[in-house]
Amino acid sequence: MLEIRNLTASIGGNRVLNGVNLTVERGEVHAIMGPNGSGKSTLSNVLAGHPQYIVESGEAVLDGEDLLALPAEERARAGVFLCFQHPVEVPGVRLDQFLRAGYNAIHKSKGLEELDPLQFDRLLQGKAGIVNMEPSMLKRSVNDGFSGGEKKRNEILQMAMLEPRLSILDEPDSGLDVDSLRLVADGINQLRSPDRSVILITHYQRILNLVVPDVVNVLMGGRIVRTGGVELAEEIETEGYEGQDEVLQAQG
Amino acid sequence: MVSPDSLAQAEYKYGFVTDIEEETAPRGLTEDTIRWISAKKQEPEFMLEWRLRAFRHFLTLVEKEQSPKWANVHYPPINFADGVYYAAPKKDRPESLEDVDKELLDTYEKLGIPLEEQKRLAGVAVDAVFDSVSVATTFKETLSKQGIIFGSFNEAVQEHPELVRKYLGSVVPYTDNFYAALNSAVFSDGSFCYIPKGVRCPLELSTYFRINAAEAGQFERTLIIAEEGSYVSYLEGCSAPMRDTNQLHAAVVELVAMDNAEIKYSTIQNWYPGDENGVGGIYNFVTKRGKCAGNNSKISWTQVETGSAITWKYPSVLLQGDNSIGEFYSVALTRGYQQADTGTKMVHLGKNTRSKIISKGISAGHGQNTYRGLVKVMPRASDARNFTQCDSLLIGDQCGAHTSPYVEVQNSSAHLEHEAFTSRVSEEQLFYCQQRGMSAEDANSLIINGFCKEVFQQLPFEFAVEATRLLEVSLEGSVG
Repeated sequence: MLEIRNLTASIGGNRVLNGVNLTVERGEVHAIMGPNGSGKSTLSNVLAGHPQYIVESGEAVLDGEDLLALPAEERARAGVFLCFQHPVEVPGVRLDQFLRAGYNAIHKSKGLEELDPLQFDRLLQGKAGIVNMEPSMLKRSVNDGFSGGEKKRNEILQMAMLEPRLSILDEPDSGLDVDSLRLVADGINQLRSPDRSVILITHYQRILNLVVPDVVNVLMGGRIVRTGGVELAEEIETEGYEGQDEVLQAQG
Repeated sequence: MVSPDSLAQAEYKYGFVTDIEEETAPRGLTEDTIRWISAKKQEPEFMLEWRLRAFRHFLTLVEKEQSPKWANVHYPPINFADGVYYAAPKKDRPESLEDVDKELLDTYEKLGIPLEEQKRLAGVAVDAVFDSVSVATTFKETLSKQGIIFGSFNEAVQEHPELVRKYLGSVVPYTDNFYAALNSAVFSDGSFCYIPKGVRCPLELSTYFRINAAEAGQFERTLIIAEEGSYVSYLEGCSAPMRDTNQLHAAVVELVAMDNAEIKYSTIQNWYPGDENGVGGIYNFVTKRGKCAGNNSKISWTQVETGSAITWKYPSVLLQGDNSIGEFYSVALTRGYQQADTGTKMVHLGKNTRSKIISKGISAGHGQNTYRGLVKVMPRASDARNFTQCDSLLIGDQCGAHTSPYVEVQNSSAHLEHEAFTSRVSEEQLFYCQQRGMSAEDANSLIINGFCKEVFQQLPFEFAVEATRLLEVSLEGSVG
């Protein structure tokens, strides 16, 4: 489904990704773990098409389609969803209107029916329960004055609405207390399906106890240095990231 | 991504010309011109005298070169002696709407303001001003049943001279400023509106100003009087053909609110802004002021300024009555080579008076946008309060945003708050929207509408929709 080959990318003249190779099959949840500065956020931003990141070489193909050739909105329409590590505030724009604009843009591009505010509201109310979101929050400005937990839950709600083929979750657990983490994890689990793939980026193993991945990858120095099952996450939890890249070199 | 190189001028959709025979005043500006206009309007003597006094005052200002120089706008000197100060369709205004010239009906229909009975906007009475005259007013009878007078200024001069005489120049005297003096001398129609005591006007009242003649300026005057305990919501819209010469629009608007009365005045200003090189467009030099004459009265200005080559206007409120409230909500957009110097004056005279100023400036292309405001608290105005927020949004790096807030406080119990910020549509906001599937254009318009929300919320629903659409059209091509 998603095939990343030798992906090299930089931001502001600094190379951050040094040849990432990763294959994610349909329905799989891939965890990508790594220490700070290992390139986790860069990988998610490059896949989603953030204009500040420059791809130097390599490719990323989603179901045969060259993702890197598309502008950000077309990647979104092709089914790529980025759950932002730091969701952006859009003052004065109501969350429900923001979501409808995105939803309808994606549906229109596929020749599907666009929803009027009433129809959309019904759908949105239904999905809001997934992350236990108060209906009143849907009428507030996008992320404006939201708490850290509310912002993350809002991201998961958006994912639920847009039903992406490939979700890239960039540290959905960062800055969350236990209750919010559980809500976010529950949300992610409810959206797991054989048709959808998930890349779950995290620093900590904590969330992986709640969202159990099929594959665990370790990203260090801009490359995937190890790949394994859930036991790899547990190993990192006890032993830390130090030495992980040496394991690769020893294997290599 | 916002790229100034890709800035294109959005199409101006109201730039057509109506082919109709018009009569114009002889070129020039002398006492004879004033007499000609007054005679044309068959005005009573007091009007002519008032005009002449204004004109003589204007001449002293011209002599002393006292046209306003303080605004942050730049244009070549205007030769007032060479202007044309009156133009009107040759046929007289017909008694009934059914007899209005088809050309004129078609014009307003094209502008989205159908005047014919069956096509009218529900809930909105319209006075249609074409160059120097009002050509039609809808729902007149409906309104008159409640004692509401709504129609052309000229009619009011004929039918209600006592009201005109009492209030004309009572808020904006002809000595107020250069363009107010000019307007007072040569003005030719506009709207007049009188809401009797205790009446809540059941319709939105609206005037649509259309400049059509190639050379004439437009100098209209609007006067709204809300008697004790009454309420009225009034809207004005405007547009003009695309021409490569500049045309002058110098209007005066006066509002008077008595005890417990409320006037809500909304403007959607869409005069021709000039072409992509800054050639042509309207000079919009307007004096608008409301007087909260009575206790507990309220005057609220809302303006969406997207047009004109140059905008120079400061809708203001004199808060004379105790506990009176003045509000100013503004969105001003400048793109291409447009210049806007706009804001408000809130003058606190009465006790416990309150004012609120929300100004949103958007600059794109080479546009220059200045907020200029004055909050003045007089000695008697104890416990006056003001809240001012003026925000600027920049699109591209060739444009400019400026703020000049002035404060004069002569009573120590006053409480003033001021907030201001300048921002760009951020790359992060755009990316966030695009990641959710929106195009860059849609994302921009969403973000900009969010920026303007507090102001748009003040507009009656249909006009909020219109304002949103107008902003979208105006900003087309501002992002690449």
